[in-house]
Amino acid sequence: MKAPRILIIEDENQIRRFVRIALEAENFDVIEADSGTRGLIEASTRQPDLVIVDLGLPDLEGKEVIRQIRGWSEMPIVVLSARDREEEKVAALDIGADDYLTKPFGMPELIARIRAHLRRRQSNENQGDPIVHFGDVIVDLAAHAVTRSGVDVHLTPIEYRLLLSLINVRGRVVTHNQLMLAVWGPNYSERSHYLRVYMGHLRQKLEHNPAQPEFLLTELGVGYRLV
Amino acid sequence: MNEERPDPDRLLAEIKREEIAAQRGKLKIFIGACAGVGKTYAMLNAAQQRIAEGIDVVIGVVETHGRSETIKLLEKFPEVLPLRKINYRGKSLAELDIDTALQRAPQLIIVDELAHTNIEGSRHVKRWQDVDELLVNGINVYTTLNVQHLESLNDVVGGITGIRIWETIPDRFFDSADEVTLVDLPPDELLERLKEGKVYIPEQVEHAAKNFFRKGNLIALRELALRRTADRVDLQMRAYRADHAIANVWQARERIIACIGPGSIGDKLVRSAARLANELKADWLAVYVETPALQRLSKTDRQRILDHLKLAEELGAETATLAGSDLIATLIAYSKSRNANKLVVGHPTDLPWYQQWHPRFIDTLARFSPDIDIYVVGNDKPSQIRSRVINMGTMKWWNYAWATAACGVTTILAAGLLRIFDLSNVVMLLLLTVVGVSIRFGRGAGAWAAALSVLLFDFFFVPPRFSFVVSDVQYFFTFTLMLLIALIIGQLAAKLQFEATTANIRERRAQALAALSKELSGALTVEQVVEIANRHVSGTFNSSVAVFLPSSQEKIKVAGTSSSQPIVDTAVAQWVYDHQLPAGFGTQTLSAAVSHYLPLQAPMRTRGVLVLEAKNLLFLDEPEEKRLLDTFAAQIALALERVHYVEVAQDALVLMEGERLRNSLLSAISHDLRTPLTALVGLASTLTDSNLPENSQKELAIAIQNEAQQMSDLVTNLLDMARLQTGGVKLKKDWQSIEEIVGSACMQLHRVLATHKLVISIPPNLPLCECDPILIQRVIVNLLSNAAKFTSAGSIITISAAAENNEMAIVIEDNGPGLPRGQETRLFDKFTRGETESNKPGVGLGLALCKAIIEAHDGKIFAENCIDSGARFTIKLPLGIAPMPEELL
Repeated sequence: MKAPRILIIEDENQIRRFVRIALEAENFDVIEADSGTRGLIEASTRQPDLVIVDLGLPDLEGKEVIRQIRGWSEMPIVVLSARDREEEKVAALDIGADDYLTKPFGMPELIARIRAHLRRRQSNENQGDPIVHFGDVIVDLAAHAVTRSGVDVHLTPIEYRLLLSLINVRGRVVTHNQLMLAVWGPNYSERSHYLRVYMGHLRQKLEHNPAQPEFLLTELGVGYRLV
Repeated sequence: MNEERPDPDRLLAEIKREEIAAQRGKLKIFIGACAGVGKTYAMLNAAQQRIAEGIDVVIGVVETHGRSETIKLLEKFPEVLPLRKINYRGKSLAELDIDTALQRAPQLIIVDELAHTNIEGSRHVKRWQDVDELLVNGINVYTTLNVQHLESLNDVVGGITGIRIWETIPDRFFDSADEVTLVDLPPDELLERLKEGKVYIPEQVEHAAKNFFRKGNLIALRELALRRTADRVDLQMRAYRADHAIANVWQARERIIACIGPGSIGDKLVRSAARLANELKADWLAVYVETPALQRLSKTDRQRILDHLKLAEELGAETATLAGSDLIATLIAYSKSRNANKLVVGHPTDLPWYQQWHPRFIDTLARFSPDIDIYVVGNDKPSQIRSRVINMGTMKWWNYAWATAACGVTTILAAGLLRIFDLSNVVMLLLLTVVGVSIRFGRGAGAWAAALSVLLFDFFFVPPRFSFVVSDVQYFFTFTLMLLIALIIGQLAAKLQFEATTANIRERRAQALAALSKELSGALTVEQVVEIANRHVSGTFNSSVAVFLPSSQEKIKVAGTSSSQPIVDTAVAQWVYDHQLPAGFGTQTLSAAVSHYLPLQAPMRTRGVLVLEAKNLLFLDEPEEKRLLDTFAAQIALALERVHYVEVAQDALVLMEGERLRNSLLSAISHDLRTPLTALVGLASTLTDSNLPENSQKELAIAIQNEAQQMSDLVTNLLDMARLQTGGVKLKKDWQSIEEIVGSACMQLHRVLATHKLVISIPPNLPLCECDPILIQRVIVNLLSNAAKFTSAGSIITISAAAENNEMAIVIEDNGPGLPRGQETRLFDKFTRGETESNKPGVGLGLALCKAIIEAHDGKIFAENCIDSGARFTIKLPLGIAPMPEELL
């Protein structure tokens, strides 16, 4: 099987360099682009399996790159951003990025994320498995049943819908907006704190230690992710 | 020796004068003896020469009076400004358009007829004020003037020609001209021109003009013009001598006081005093002493005195109204207090008998003040008897009616008591009535009551009763005594009453001023000053008030008004602010405005504008009241300036504090950034050595990673702090779960905390808390990494949260060595660390940042030591009630 191809769009030479070295050491095929335009050309011609985009590009905005790629491809997109750009990060996720990493980031973290997204993509291709596992929790999508260590867990309809929304895009960061839309429908985006209440309930029911969750992770100020 | 060297103060004043003069435009006046000598023609010729020299000249306004020579000359000018059309009583009249002129800003503008009075509705009452504004804006002006229009010569010319002219300009304006050119024409030639019809005479004054243009008049006028111009040359000569230290005699500055009385002579007196002051280059004052006698003057007489004071003010005098019972004593005391050595008084020829009876005013004055020169201005007018007669007519008749009624009642009362009382006691009762009437209704009514009492006494009480016939001659003596005593007592009572009234008024003024000053001295902000100013000014002057303050662009804006708002024109206020002159009602500028505008002038600069609505502003005519208002304005301006400088001082303090912070930041950073950087450089350079065994390489790499991570934390803290301090951070508050925030903080620190035991105890039903999650996470991350940094591996770190008393309390404690004693609060200051010398990295910024963030949330953060051991940090955030979905309620 051929090595997965990763496109990295980043204007900082040093960052591109260590990411390339680290990824090549992990047997990835790495393509570099130092600007948004260049990145779009590479993305369309070389057909990478995953794209890493820096949000602070000199020519195009990172968001614009994502929007254009999403116009024709579902390939996983991981965003890199500085800490003081929360809104941009959320906006990038809202228009279709799958994940984000805050600078400075560690390579093991990035590689883990990349692997997770590639895996998800593959599993998407052979979809249809109605049973989802995480930890000792089993969700039977066909029967709408949830068990933990073999014991039935009762979820309210909203809790179940929320869990389902996260399962559908497992591994991806789902923003508050996206979740509100999926669970409550439009017109609720102002009440994202509902989410926190229900996520708290879900964690109480499904996690060992709700304050230090293992699966239902919080991306503070951005959204949630199921791993 | 000293005289050779100019006095430094004077030099300084000279420099200041030159500075002002340099910015100010130059004024050239073409003066002539009368109309028709060719001033306008001469002025236009001179302007033509300027054009030839390449100077930008425009015509502001020129009256050609249809003279062909002038019109022809006027056509040669490249630019004539359009006039401003003003509708006045149905007629469209044209005036100089000062705004266009200011906008056009030529180098030189021609403005004919300086003494012209503008039509109502123009900006200034007089054209010379327009010219003044042009000069202030640095525009040079050529203008013309007839000698009779000079204020101080006005009455002299009137006396010569028998025609009084009302259009005048103040002498100081004439004297301030940079150049004066005399346009002279011998009387014979002028008469020749007149015959040829070359002189313009308005139809309505044709008859008067015939008398005016008599040869004798023309000679006299010519002499006046020549002399006035010569005076000016003399003045310049003296100024030149002074400038070049030629003067070898130091002259004491003279001060002249003109004493204005009720007679119509005041007008002449004021002009004489002005001329005298001008000749002596002296300061001069015009004073009016209000004695009990003068207090009772009719309204018209009072108005005339005020007019005279106003005239004096226009002629450059300082004015004052003094109150006192003794005219001479008050006058002398005032002269001494003001160090005046010359008094100008009118000749008291009002009434021949008055002089006979009264100790001669001038003689007394001279006797009491031998060191003061007294100038007496003669009275060439007919005596004032007529005006006195009119005064009698304007007396308040009801005072006399009351006096009559009081005497009547007393008579009836006395008649009833006659059975018990003696006749002599009846006299006493009547005397008592006279005293009462004098106090209540004044001297006139008192005298009337005195006379009436005598008659009533005679008619009703002296036998034979009910007839004026007197049986005993003794009673005539009683009548005379009674009348005299009644008059004297009445006089004294009235005087007492007057003094009490004036004292009251003075007391009221002094109290009002004291109250204002007291409150202003306590004011700390501009808003307070404005509020106090509005309250006091509106209270004292019984008028609607507004205070305008300038913005940073020098644009005037309303800062506050009294409870009722005055009608205000912001453009006028702006003008007043820009020119530092009063305007509006009661002044010479924009007098048609409904409000009075006063600049708030402080020593350093104008601080704003005070506006009073004119409804109750008649008092502006009274110098004392006006001065009180001026004092109020000065006090307010001073307070504004004081507050301004307090703010400046505070800013300077803040700046100094900032400077101190920056210094300590720099020294802290140089340590805390350089240490990890040194380590990084060292570690990385060691790593490049390829001979190292693989596990050493890995060890080095991990060390580099740790150092870099620490620097990253430090930089994050620094940036957050900087952003919070510059106010660049807007809290993104939302209803947040503390559990999630703590969870993600622990996740972020999982590597650092790996060596410690972490206990989290958060109740599952903890309410949401409104906060900025990223910032609160920052606080918890800082506290947790501190706990990890300052305790040994294996220590326990506990995080707990609870909602109590409307507060969300988050507690982070450890079982380490605890905090240094007595340092618990100082820890949160910037660049403070528990131990001053420590190998533990961090600029001591972490806790300061925590405090800043928590305080931005209106919360509290504090540190303490646990009872057994370890440190405890507590965060308290205000807790509201989050709106919840219905199914959960």
